[in-house]
Amino acid sequence: MSYDKLIFELSVPNRRGYSLPKENYPTYHINDLKNHLRKSELVLPEVSELDCVRHYTNVSKKNFGVENGFYPLGSCTMKYNPKINEEIAKSLSFTKLHPYQPVRTIQGALRAYYELQVALSEISGLAEFSLNPYAGAHGELVGLMVMKEYHLSRKDFKRTKVIIPDSAHGTNPASTTVCGMEVIEIKSNELGMVDIDSLKAALSDEIAGMMLTNPNTLGIFENDICEITKLVHDAGGLMYYDGANLNALLGKVRPGDMGFDIMHINLHKTFSTPHGGGGPGDGPVGVKDFLVDFLPNPRIKKLDDYYYTANINTALGQISSFYGNYLVELRAYSYILNLGKENLMNVGKLATLNANYIRNALKDDYYLPIEGYCMHEVVFDGLKDNPNDIKTLDVAKRLLDYGMHAPTIYFPLLFHQSIMIEPTETESLQTIDEFIRVMKKIAEEAKTDPELLKKAPINTPITRTDEVFAARAMIFSYRDYLEYNKE
Amino acid sequence: MFKYFPHTKEDINHMLKELNISSIDELFGQISKEVLLKGEYDIKNEMSELEVRNYFRQLSDENQEMVVFSGLGLYDHYQPAIIDAITSRQEFLTSYTPYQPEISQGTLQYIFEYQSMIQALTGLDVSNASMYDGSTATAEACFMACNITRRKKVLISKTLNPNTINVIKTYLKFRGYDFEFISSKNGVFDVDDLKEKMNKEIAGVVVQNPNFFGLIEDYSGVSEMIHEYKSLFIQNRDPSTLGVLKSPSEDGADIACGDCQSLGAPLAFGGPTLGYLATIKKHVRKLPGRICGYTTDSDGKRAFVLTLQAREQHIRRSKANSNICSNQSLMALYVTVYTSIMGKAGLEEVNNLSYQNAHYLYEKLLKTKKFFDPFKQPFLKEFTLETTISHDLISEALFNNNIFGGFSLESISSEYENLINFCVTEKRTKAEIDKLIEVLEGLS
Repeated sequence: MSYDKLIFELSVPNRRGYSLPKENYPTYHINDLKNHLRKSELVLPEVSELDCVRHYTNVSKKNFGVENGFYPLGSCTMKYNPKINEEIAKSLSFTKLHPYQPVRTIQGALRAYYELQVALSEISGLAEFSLNPYAGAHGELVGLMVMKEYHLSRKDFKRTKVIIPDSAHGTNPASTTVCGMEVIEIKSNELGMVDIDSLKAALSDEIAGMMLTNPNTLGIFENDICEITKLVHDAGGLMYYDGANLNALLGKVRPGDMGFDIMHINLHKTFSTPHGGGGPGDGPVGVKDFLVDFLPNPRIKKLDDYYYTANINTALGQISSFYGNYLVELRAYSYILNLGKENLMNVGKLATLNANYIRNALKDDYYLPIEGYCMHEVVFDGLKDNPNDIKTLDVAKRLLDYGMHAPTIYFPLLFHQSIMIEPTETESLQTIDEFIRVMKKIAEEAKTDPELLKKAPINTPITRTDEVFAARAMIFSYRDYLEYNKE
Repeated sequence: MFKYFPHTKEDINHMLKELNISSIDELFGQISKEVLLKGEYDIKNEMSELEVRNYFRQLSDENQEMVVFSGLGLYDHYQPAIIDAITSRQEFLTSYTPYQPEISQGTLQYIFEYQSMIQALTGLDVSNASMYDGSTATAEACFMACNITRRKKVLISKTLNPNTINVIKTYLKFRGYDFEFISSKNGVFDVDDLKEKMNKEIAGVVVQNPNFFGLIEDYSGVSEMIHEYKSLFIQNRDPSTLGVLKSPSEDGADIACGDCQSLGAPLAFGGPTLGYLATIKKHVRKLPGRICGYTTDSDGKRAFVLTLQAREQHIRRSKANSNICSNQSLMALYVTVYTSIMGKAGLEEVNNLSYQNAHYLYEKLLKTKKFFDPFKQPFLKEFTLETTISHDLISEALFNNNIFGGFSLESISSEYENLINFCVTEKRTKAEIDKLIEVLEGLS
């Protein structure tokens, strides 16, 4: 029986877990604020320090992290998160700096930002990055703002439409809407690639640009990339690179060299910063030279050996309170310095080798919808020989029983039973062979013991959840929970 | 090879053989030569871990840790040791978004607890699982108001933090929405100006309390004024102060938002922090971002899942409430652990100590006759004074004594000429406060 308590349920009136300094100035008291004070009840836990530590330690055991086992979650690049990065982010002066401190007292912080910015520009083949966007989707939004601002600056007011392939991540069309532009979705061809004829048909003088992931969300490199960027550029549009799949290209191809003008990078994918259960990540946005002036404020600049901050009139505006998820940026820079150019050159290669090895080993058991080598991730479309109609969901859930995280499932949307596997370069042949063995075993179980798969997982802290109930009952807080149990 | 790549030469040969190829480059054979990287990156060579550590120590030494007497949206509150101990656990740190609830109950449970605490602090009904920061949370609150009312204009109090205003302005501009300022009077938002500007075109009204100057605003009658036009009342609130100040719900707010840095997160040069966003149940389907809800598993056991996902981008794509995907999840754990360990009594004490320290400094500074209060409004831990002493002189003297703040607001905007911001939390000792007074007293 796994631990099952909420912190509120450990609460005992008048128990304390904190200690604060004594009062120095008792002549003043918060109660002097009278009418401004809260009158309504405030129910928060009252626990000791040990209660609290033990609670969250037990709660943590119900989670699966990269250090628990293989985490082949497609499109998420769950590589190892080096410990030195954590040490650097936490143990030095950076955590104690206020961004408004005098510039001479934050030179190291500004320099780290600047140097990371330069390194990302080099890796991407672009002119400059802003590290201020907080996440991938935030980066997309900011990148689209750059695109829009560029056209407006040229008084080209008609350009309000963005071309996005139907295979794109959901954030692409959502970011376009938030940026006040219109999505033109184009169909992919049977190989999951951009269909050149559909692209041509979509082009017009109303196109602001195109968003593209390469390798695409099927893990395939767009062979026609040069033709695509040329077509869009000739029509007056800009090319946006969704950096979610950048890991595949490290050391092999730079987005700027493919003709992309704007991109974001997910530092929490390609540059090894931890995902933190869904964030904080960081989504730096980089641009070609002619777009640099539109990057968001505040900017960090360098004059000789002096670093300073600047707000620039031509910038698209401000999109964050300060400099993004700064401690995440430090981790990414630590990663880059650790690897250096020699090892950065090998990331894409080893990630791609691992993915193709899995692809080859599982192709007899799982249906491969696309011919040819994949890049850093491989997509299968469910079980190949499947007399009991076992779904991808069942396969994924059964994997949990074997102590592995499930791949991404039901994405890309192009196939009905997508299983998207991204092993990353930090996984060993032994781990991957074990994964292959388990996947084959599950394929076998699908034939011999289908009921087992349909009720999987059975070895996890909880079993399958009732999502319909959650959406109907709408219990979002402990208060709701108590009310529900009263009824 | 390299410590983060486990592949031996033999492993690679074995894998190539299985793939029936002779080099890894063959896997990239379909990529046209014109885009393949020629040569190497122009980046430093590999460093050993020791060298990396030394490199960052050197960068760190180029910074100066100062005694912080300023706020401006980031508050130097005390962080109990257990926060770092718990948030460093790899189960929380290295996991992805909890898409597989069976092995993500850890994350889902603390999100549920976080939502419960934000619910309790704001008094509203439902919080989402976090936003990027207080400024983007407030911008998203404006979008919510436009979406709910199907109107295209918001009113923004001039007493909001300028960073928040700037971010809202950027978001509104690109989305094609409009705004107008509510002016300030004596350092707080001007209710008469609000009255004048309210009409049926207004989607929502955004205020901040305590406001940018640290002053406490009074919203008696404001929610009625806003609701008369079926507009939404949006409050940006420092959640730490909600332990003692009137809650958004008591003020009749429809949406509460702000930055949770004050609840357990370090200054960290401004990030990561996290934004919170909460609303009343009626508007839950318009809330952006992830929401965690209670359910049961197939054995009837208590469980938590991400729910109402039809609001989100991975389902609704261009029609989603927002494009947000990754949020600041781990930072919500900071808030949850902090709020658990402090409880109601701890939050009260933190606020009272900050109040006492700030008011002691305030009175001492007024006594010097070199500082004046242009506003004379109630405040909690942060306040703004006027001075005739040159700001350069002040900042130089403070720098020489390793003190950050009073901070000249003139450097943020010329509108704030002569204004100096101070903030004192429970962390500041008597000796530190007296030192600041001594330094400022000596100036003329």
